[in-house]
Amino acid sequence: MIKIQNVHKSFGPLKVLKGIDLTVEKGEVVTVIGGSGSGKSTLLTCINGLEPIDTGRILVDGTEVHARTTDLNRLRQNIGIVFQQWNAFPHLTVLENVTLAPRKVLGIGKAEAEAIAEKQLRHVGLGEKLSTFPSRLSGGQQQRMAIARALAMSPDYMLFDEVTSALDPQLVGEVLETLKMLAEEGMTMICVTHEMAFARDVSDRVAYFHKGIMAEIGAPEQIFGDPQHPETRAFLASVR
Amino acid sequence: MFGYTFQWNQALARLPKMLDGALVTMEVAMLSMLIGIALAILLTLLRLSGARPLRAIATGWVEIARNTPALFQIYMAHFGVASFGIHFSPFVSLLIGITFNNAGYLAENFRGALKAIPETQTRAGRSLGMSQLQAFRYIILPQMLRISFLPMTNQMVWAVLMTSLGVTVGMNADLYGVTQDLNALTFRTFELFAIAGVLFYAITKIITLGARVIAARLFRY
Ligand SMILES: Nc1ncnc2c1ncn2[C@@H]1O[C@H](COP(=O)(O)OP(=O)(O)O)[C@@H](O)[C@H]1O
Ligand SMILES: [Mg+2]
Repeated sequence: MIKIQNVHKSFGPLKVLKGIDLTVEKGEVVTVIGGSGSGKSTLLTCINGLEPIDTGRILVDGTEVHARTTDLNRLRQNIGIVFQQWNAFPHLTVLENVTLAPRKVLGIGKAEAEAIAEKQLRHVGLGEKLSTFPSRLSGGQQQRMAIARALAMSPDYMLFDEVTSALDPQLVGEVLETLKMLAEEGMTMICVTHEMAFARDVSDRVAYFHKGIMAEIGAPEQIFGDPQHPETRAFLASVR
Repeated sequence: MFGYTFQWNQALARLPKMLDGALVTMEVAMLSMLIGIALAILLTLLRLSGARPLRAIATGWVEIARNTPALFQIYMAHFGVASFGIHFSPFVSLLIGITFNNAGYLAENFRGALKAIPETQTRAGRSLGMSQLQAFRYIILPQMLRISFLPMTNQMVWAVLMTSLGVTVGMNADLYGVTQDLNALTFRTFELFAIAGVLFYAITKIITLGARVIAARLFRY
């Protein structure tokens, strides 16, 4: 369970998160929508401790992310994150991209790590590309590789930050399909997305962010069918 | 012509000795490169570190290495430290001087290379649970070395040429030192140094061609 309690976060004078409260249960899929600059990405990087917070608490399975005693390297093994920019490691093959962290971080042997990686790469439809270098892959393939790379650590949680936003339109579908598959398999996920149809389709709950505040959260039918907050209505009208 | 009679045979008879010297020259250059690369990586890490004194040491090293004559650096490694009662052999002093120079120049090359690697690469590694050092070692370093490969080859050529400065600290086993000693014995100055020049040229060519072969094998992407 991810528990976010009254989290405030600033970059210098800029207040980016102004008291966020959100609890994500095991197996739940929460999508986060909202305008650019509303703090969605920042929230994700706070959850896995890439960014510090000013006040409040974030608990992942009871471990306080920003406590001084927390081993962040260990915590991150359990929280996969995939960014808008897929960040393939260009000097490694697709297989090596995926085996790197299991081998070096978890200390898994080469053969076993390769078996895990192959399984994950097959799962995202890259079983034929194991010895290819990322530069030879399309954006959609690289993004699926990044997903497999995160999954190879067997995390309990996955965070997705606009993973289709940098893709050519014809490549968006294949990546969304991969996410949908994960959701159906019961992965606990927080997805920041601009794909409203996808959000409506896979989410247990949809959260609307506005200027560092979670203005509204609810079931997709409610958020898309009967938004309560005027800002939510305005936002949904603008993206339709 | 000019009253000087070429006597190539006399000089060529000394070729085996000069080839021995060439081997020593290559040995010094290679050692200075290997240690220099390791030190340059260390300097790069120091410059990336948050600790101000560490960064200052690294920056000072790079500044001195790049803005003073190599001759000064080698001289200091021999006669300079001797003032404090530290005595190195000419071989060791030459090696230290060139290594110091290599490390400084390479560290600067590495810094440029790092600028070409997006910050998000480290971030991706950290997100997978890697420590800062692991992310550097497995993600940044290989890319940095690849980007710096051409400058590293150039520095290796410089290292070979810098060995000629060893004579100033009494080095006589390397190609230049051997040639100078032979010249004192035979006075076939032009012939001997011409041969030495050809050998220096050959060594640097072998290095640049070798580097190309290595690059083709190493850099698969
Ligand atoms: N590292 C940073 N340093 C300074 N400002 C930042 C940084 N990251 C994000 N911001 C700012 O914080 C605000 C929220 O950013 P972000 O969380 O990326 O929004 P979103 O993902 O909702 O578009 C933006 O105004 C952005 O410019
Ligand atoms: Mg964002």
